[in-house]
Amino acid sequence: MTTPPDQGELTVRFLLNGEPVAVAVPPHWTLLEVLRYRLDLIGTKQGCDKGDCGACTVQLDGKAVPSCLVLGSAVDGRAVTTVEGLRGPTLHPLFDAFDHAVAAQCGFCTPGIVMAAEAYLRRLGRPVTRAEAAAALAGNLCRCTGYTKILDAVVAASERLHGAGGG
Amino acid sequence: MLRLPGFRVASPTTIAEAVAALAEPGARPIAGGTDLLPNLKHRLGAPTVLVQLSRLPLRDVEVRAGALCIGAGAVLADLAEHPLVRAHAPSLARAAGLVAGPTLRNLGTLGGNLHLDTRCRYVNQTPLWREALGGCLKSHGDRCHVVPGGQTCVAALSSDCAPALVALDATLTLHGPAGARTVALADYYCADGTAHTGRAAGELATEIRVPLAPGPRRETYVKWTVRKSIDFPLISIAMRFDLADDAVAAPIVAARVVVGALASTPKLVRKLDALRGQRLDDPATADAIAAQVGAQCKPLPNLPYDADYRRAVLPVHVRRGIAALVAAGENHG
Ligand SMILES: Cc1cc2nc3c(=O)[nH]c(=O)nc-3n(C[C@H](O)[C@H](O)[C@H](O)COP(=O)(O)OP(=O)(O)OC[C@H]3O[C@@H](n4cnc5c(N)ncnc54)[C@H](O)[C@@H]3O)c2cc1C
Ligand code: SF4
Ligand code: FES
Ligand code: FES
Repeated sequence: MTTPPDQGELTVRFLLNGEPVAVAVPPHWTLLEVLRYRLDLIGTKQGCDKGDCGACTVQLDGKAVPSCLVLGSAVDGRAVTTVEGLRGPTLHPLFDAFDHAVAAQCGFCTPGIVMAAEAYLRRLGRPVTRAEAAAALAGNLCRCTGYTKILDAVVAASERLHGAGGG
Repeated sequence: MLRLPGFRVASPTTIAEAVAALAEPGARPIAGGTDLLPNLKHRLGAPTVLVQLSRLPLRDVEVRAGALCIGAGAVLADLAEHPLVRAHAPSLARAAGLVAGPTLRNLGTLGGNLHLDTRCRYVNQTPLWREALGGCLKSHGDRCHVVPGGQTCVAALSSDCAPALVALDATLTLHGPAGARTVALADYYCADGTAHTGRAAGELATEIRVPLAPGPRRETYVKWTVRKSIDFPLISIAMRFDLADDAVAAPIVAARVVVGALASTPKLVRKLDALRGQRLDDPATADAIAAQVGAQCKPLPNLPYDADYRRAVLPVHVRRGIAALVAAGENHG
């Protein structure tokens, strides 16, 4: 297998928030850069850019990953969900719970935290404990809230999603 | 904002295609990218082409021919929860589950973890930071800031899985231009932080094999960091005890202790033969192991935390690890 000396841009096809897209990307761009600077999806935040903070968290095939450490070309044929993908006819329980609990101050960490929490709650399929929520969000830093209200919000959202009363 | 340097990418779907792509000068494998990409963003390395391994069939975990066989592309989050790994190599499951944070474990692979570049407080920095200090043996310089006058880089082996797998007598299979070969992981690392693995140019790791325990066994992996998540290990100890029967207080048949996060290789602790016949729940046993670890392992000022403190607490963590094994009693694994 040989790679051409000048690759130019690569056409990458993937499912973005449920819709098929094809986008031309330079081989050395990250998924984060493709989302923000090619697709204008600026909900996903660029923080440390090296895996430390979690602000860039998106879902790749349903799993939460830092998009600053995924090559844009690596998502060919896969499914990417960003915070914009949680939009729907009604407010997502996580958004609602973050609003009620005042779990966002500057809001920079919020999209990443919501995406990590959504992936975890979906997989768990039952109300989450505070300790479980904290472990699931251990890769997401928040410099404002002190995490208390974030955990309140995630626990409340999980009860609405999977609690006895049902969503 | 940290931009990557320019490179091309190859996306092979077979091992043969990957080996062919890696034959190009300047080619580097990339698996999860969680070590390579931050390093390239800091301009540590300048590959011409990145060969993506994620489409190769290297993710299987199975028991075959008396060994737990793990594809090099297996993802850490899966290994931490995999029933076969938890049953046959619980210390590896534990180590994999302690790497970085949950989102990084969804990307990082075992092959990448075993080839994680060595780390040092003087090198895992931006180019501007490094250049202000004149560089070092690992980055465009001629000296070492950790060992003044030293001619060999002693950057730290920071992989959580490597010590656990060495303690379990694991082997590594690599495919390259000359075909496949299998090496003992204990012999794979060398004492040079600028090139600390035995990976030859153009090779890629494909499988890790852990021989099944011949009898009752207790094993654990101890990691200490300042934060409870995200951090690389500052203390890293893998311990394995083969026992005469399944009681935790049974006589020890064989013991293997491997310490990471020192210099560039996992360190196999010697002089543990006297433990044969001793019992794990005897405080003298933990004292003897802690004393050997303390005498043979000296954490260096290569990581971002006080080396004297790390030296002082290393034996403490050995004792705590053994105490936890004893406390778990028969509920191990
Ligand atoms: C914030 C942060 C915290 C971290 N904390 C930890 C930690 O606590 N403990 C820890 O161990 N690691 C940690 N890491 C490092 C990394 O996430 C893991 O080591 C991970 O397992 C690396 O695997 P990868 O597949 O992402 O490797 P990659 O980045 O894809 O590759 C790493 C290296 O291995 C080589 N390589 C990859 N696959 C193969 C193969 N099959 N054959 C030959 N060479 C190969 C690559 O060329 C590269 O040199 C951390 C990283 C970050 C960003
Ligand atoms: S151990 Fe010395 S040579 Fe190696 S990276 Fe650190 S300062 Fe540089
Ligand atoms: S921007 Fe990706 S982890 Fe910080
Ligand atoms: S709300 Fe500001 S970083 Fe979390």
